[in-house]
Amino acid sequence: MDFLNAIVALGNYVIVPGLTYGAQLALGALGVTLVFGILRFSNFAHGDTMAFGTMVTIMVTWLFQALGIGFGVLPTALLALPFGILATAALLLFTDRAVYRFYRKQKVNPIILVIVSMGVMFVTNALVRFAIGVGEYQFTDGARFLITAGRFKAMTGLDEGLAIRTTQAITVVTAAVAVAVLFWFLGSTRTGKSMRAYSDNEDLALLSGINPEKVVAVTWIITAALATTAGVLYGLDKSFKAFTYFQLLLPIFASAIVGGLGRPLGAIAGGFIIAFSEVTVTYAWKKVLGYLMPEGLEPSGLMQLLSTDYKFAVSFVILVIVLLFKPTGLFKGAQT
Amino acid sequence: MKKLLMTGVALAALAGGASVAGAGDVKIGIILGFTGPLESITPNMANGAELAIAEVNAAGTLLDGSKVVPVRADSTCIDASAATAAAERLVTSDKINAIMGADCSGVTGAILANVAVPNGVVMVSPSATSPGLSTADDKGFFFRTAPSDARQGVVMAEILKDRGFDTVAVTYTNNDYGKGLADSFAAAFKDIGGTVTINTAHEDGKADYSAEVGALASAGGDALVVVGYTDQGGKGIIRASLDSGAFDTFVLPDGMISDNLAEDIGPGLNGSFGQYPGTDSQGAEMFQKIAKDAGFDGTSTFAAESYDAAALIMLAMEMGKSADSAVLKDHVMHVANAPGEQIFPGDLAKAIKILKDGGDVDYVGATAVELIGAGESAGNYREIEIKDGSIETVKYR
Repeated sequence: MDFLNAIVALGNYVIVPGLTYGAQLALGALGVTLVFGILRFSNFAHGDTMAFGTMVTIMVTWLFQALGIGFGVLPTALLALPFGILATAALLLFTDRAVYRFYRKQKVNPIILVIVSMGVMFVTNALVRFAIGVGEYQFTDGARFLITAGRFKAMTGLDEGLAIRTTQAITVVTAAVAVAVLFWFLGSTRTGKSMRAYSDNEDLALLSGINPEKVVAVTWIITAALATTAGVLYGLDKSFKAFTYFQLLLPIFASAIVGGLGRPLGAIAGGFIIAFSEVTVTYAWKKVLGYLMPEGLEPSGLMQLLSTDYKFAVSFVILVIVLLFKPTGLFKGAQT
Repeated sequence: MKKLLMTGVALAALAGGASVAGAGDVKIGIILGFTGPLESITPNMANGAELAIAEVNAAGTLLDGSKVVPVRADSTCIDASAATAAAERLVTSDKINAIMGADCSGVTGAILANVAVPNGVVMVSPSATSPGLSTADDKGFFFRTAPSDARQGVVMAEILKDRGFDTVAVTYTNNDYGKGLADSFAAAFKDIGGTVTINTAHEDGKADYSAEVGALASAGGDALVVVGYTDQGGKGIIRASLDSGAFDTFVLPDGMISDNLAEDIGPGLNGSFGQYPGTDSQGAEMFQKIAKDAGFDGTSTFAAESYDAAALIMLAMEMGKSADSAVLKDHVMHVANAPGEQIFPGDLAKAIKILKDGGDVDYVGATAVELIGAGESAGNYREIEIKDGSIETVKYR
């Protein structure tokens, strides 16, 4: 019984939040890594692209709610998501046309594209704040919980409760589906293969007749889909605020780099590594150990490795260690 | 003829100059966090201060007919350099006579040390409650109509004890206000036999608080004391705690109490309780009435303290017969405390008349102001409980 309690406590405070956060980071990191792999620069505007997509989705959600269109127990935002993706794809294609293409034609050094993307970041950021404001928005509706802590306790008779929010389940499921579709697309379709070829060796790809403009456009569209999905899932699960999306850039880049820039599989692994390390290193193990240790040996202290203040520091320490000992990331990505 | 004309012009100029000296505009800077973590309560704080100013202007008798002009500036609540720049602008370019503000303890300390003391400008804060400000080197220029959190910590500990809570977890927003109040509460709670299982900080402005709540839940406790801000991490912590079933009773000090919170969180917050500065003196009711007439909610957190802060500044000016901060600072304590005739909200015109005739006033105001020590409020608190989504006053302490 004590063992079960320990497992449930761990599940409730570490595993469920870690999985959810990890899935959100992984989707974000996939977008970053895709742009890096194919367009060869670190896209700093990614966090704000997520914010833009989420903003459009929220607005469409409001419209649907006003029209009385719902999605049953699922959040209405999932219905609005395709519209968000469309708008974001349009925005990204427009910025590519207006900004990035010019520099790509000049074959500039990647660092210049990074700086350019920062400019795009500020513009997108301002656009979002201008359109929806700086406040915090909750846009989730439908059933809030799959199972609440109280009901779980009543059902199982355990002392510990396990709460799973609908949004957490949706996040993990949607992320899994998105990743599966992406891998299928990159591995099995003609366009996906041409993207990989372009990524591996640009000159060779051009010689074999691959249309670079098409590859770039498809990359941006996929990035828009990933960014908007990640942003909407994050916003559904927590809340939408322009400023927090801007800050999300840090853990997302950490995830992409830890996994190996340019490696989709690495981005997913990186997302979960960063998420779980943030949660586990700062978790106070007192409760779990209290259940597991024999009577009389329970810890009296908190058994917390690091105070939660250091949450962000953890991802940076991991980043530094990986860069020192395996500069290409865990999955042999590009040298960073 | 020409000479006569010149003399006439000179005379007119002199007369004009004299009238400026006698009844020129008095400017009071209102420095509050109109953006940032307190942006939901600052509009009514500014309304409170401007209500007092409007009342004095309506009487038109301050300093023989001076008009008081409020000048607003944004303290941002959290960004010390932005707040200092805003205060600097008010002092050097708007030439304000005194400051009603700032709101959050960190920026208040910064403005006090960098602008108010060097320029010799009186500051009366309605809401900076950090114990650290009691011992700040203020050269006598700093006052506050809100009590120090050292007092609030004791009151909060007593409320918990009276309600039968023995072990609590504490989380605080990582700044002067949060740490000051959390530490003073933890000390007071231990003194009366309670146990604090964990006393840890949270950062504002994050979307995800599951790691923080995980640590708090593991430490355990019958209730969670959330020393944070309504619009910021405090709300995130409560939401994450309710979602994961970690805590179901929350103790809410002044920064957390607002109608928004009860609305945003919903039924999960029922049964939680807390306290914020407030009093059952008749002044509170009178203030609420005149605030209602002026079109805003007088029960909004720190609105009454803001009215009192502005009123104290103006009464001290009248008593010293000068809008100069160097003179005014010596009279604030005097008008705030006994002896003298008690002054309630709405009586400012009467108070000015008494002071003008050389009499004494004891400003009670909307919050039963009694300044002690280095010029801070002795502290009356309103104990509240959340019932069915609305904030109800239980009693006064």
